[in-house]
Amino acid sequence: MDGTIFLFLLQDGVINGAVYALVAIALVLVFGVTRVILVPQGEFVAFTALTVAALENGNAPPTAWLLLALGGLAAISELVRHFRDLTVRRLVRIALFDLALPVALLLLTRALAPMKLGQVANILLAITLITPMGPMIYRIAFAPIAHSSVLVLLMASFGVHFSLMGLGLVFFGPEGTGTAPLSSQSFALGDLVVTGQSVAVVAVTGLLLVLFAIFFGRTLLGKALRACSSNRIGARLVGIPTGAAGQIAFALAALLGAVSGVLVGPLMTVAYDSGFLIGLKAFVAAILGGLVSYPLTVLAALGVGFAEALFSFWASNFKEVLVFTLIIPVLAWRSVYAPHAEEAE
Amino acid sequence: MTAPLLDVRGLSVAYGRAEVVHDVSIAVTQGALVTVIGANGAGKTTLLNAIMGLLKARGRIEFRGADVSSVALESRVKAGLCLVPERRELFADMPVEDNLLLGGFRRTRAERSQTIEQIYARLPRLKERREQLAGTLSGGERQMLAMGRALMARPTLLMLDEPSLGLAPRIVRDVFHILTDLRQTGVSILLVEQNARAALEVADYAYVMELGAITKQGSPTDIAQDPRLVESYLGLGGNEY
Repeated sequence: MDGTIFLFLLQDGVINGAVYALVAIALVLVFGVTRVILVPQGEFVAFTALTVAALENGNAPPTAWLLLALGGLAAISELVRHFRDLTVRRLVRIALFDLALPVALLLLTRALAPMKLGQVANILLAITLITPMGPMIYRIAFAPIAHSSVLVLLMASFGVHFSLMGLGLVFFGPEGTGTAPLSSQSFALGDLVVTGQSVAVVAVTGLLLVLFAIFFGRTLLGKALRACSSNRIGARLVGIPTGAAGQIAFALAALLGAVSGVLVGPLMTVAYDSGFLIGLKAFVAAILGGLVSYPLTVLAALGVGFAEALFSFWASNFKEVLVFTLIIPVLAWRSVYAPHAEEAE
Repeated sequence: MTAPLLDVRGLSVAYGRAEVVHDVSIAVTQGALVTVIGANGAGKTTLLNAIMGLLKARGRIEFRGADVSSVALESRVKAGLCLVPERRELFADMPVEDNLLLGGFRRTRAERSQTIEQIYARLPRLKERREQLAGTLSGGERQMLAMGRALMARPTLLMLDEPSLGLAPRIVRDVFHILTDLRQTGVSILLVEQNARAALEVADYAYVMELGAITKQGSPTDIAQDPRLVESYLGLGGNEY
């Protein structure tokens, strides 16, 4: 391997790693606030890429119907759970958020899709369709069992993952597709050809990470979310509604997943089930970050991306195995030296 | 007499099938410092947690004239009910100042910045340590921070669970000094303590809790003279804390 190949692999690794980083910090965030290990995080990624692809072809994406289906389920779940203490406020919220919003987005996508409004509009529409799915899924699957053990939540999380995969197959079909690159330009940097796509990936990821750092470090809402993961009882005692915090965490996770989907769409062929592997690699990074530390997680995600690039050069048949094998020595080392998330209560 | 600020009637709490608090009725009048004393395991912490809304309970909890027994915890905080729990439950990986600011989560930005200055004035130690992570504080400082965080919510009724637990005698004195000081500002206090002697010294009214039920109530002087209670809770020697 000479220097040029190394630089190419490094570029590849950074691009992969940047996407894993976005997915991984979503996992850390959701775990911190709700103790849920969000197995279906990858589905947000895949569904977004498929939505953008449908819009590029001028088709109304089935995502809008999926959103309506989830909205309906969330409304039913909410009504059943709060049957005894239904208030007008809650009813209005259910009607607006779970029913009116999906219907409005459905009509909007059906009107806009044939017009082929261009890349920016497609991306914004896809993100708008995916993000509300986060809180809906939280209210369907996790809010009713919010106080259960991590293991129960994990099983529910796998249940959601398999359900979404099934729904994905129904709504999107088995075909894989790719999306147009965010930028088709490229420029030479010495021997290295840098594509506009890779610059876009790194720039968007960097920007999002900075915005997140500001949100969690400076705003009261961000601090309240951190407080939920720092001490759940303490957070409840100061009056932070932990259910709402969970929904916000899920919305942010879906948003991060959607942005990752926009970024990976042009890089690979995405099918309804492609998300799981992305989620799993991001999970490796999240574990390396101890499921608590955001900077460590981002660093680990870049490491996972780079390792993947190296392994696909050296032993492409074994690249997945090798990436997942990496976790063992690191876990052994961390279990001795590093702090880790402990289950409270 | 006006209606009490907090009026708990017939409160029972069970963990699964085991009932640990049976039919407890207590009241706190506006501006009073009321204490519930009793041995370890008498159900005092459970009682406070149920009043706060951390635990489900049967019975009626009236706060400021409204029934709050089916009201969510965060709305009870907003209404002015606040608990400093036995284990403090601080945000250990966040700075002292963030812990305090989050205490005022239910208040407006203006109220938060005003209250935090008052708390810094009252507890200057916290101001010195404002940048420090809560998890690195000493036991006494943690208790101060837990109280400060609760005060940030501008409570009408402050409930404290064993504020003296695990603290050196000098710091216990500080804590109780702060409590009496607070009462001067109009905050009503419900204090749960194992350190019965110290609690009875500062309280206006006292309840004795044994095996999940209130067995005696009255003025602190009456309670302190009850021979059986003296033997069980007050000890024969000096202050063991």
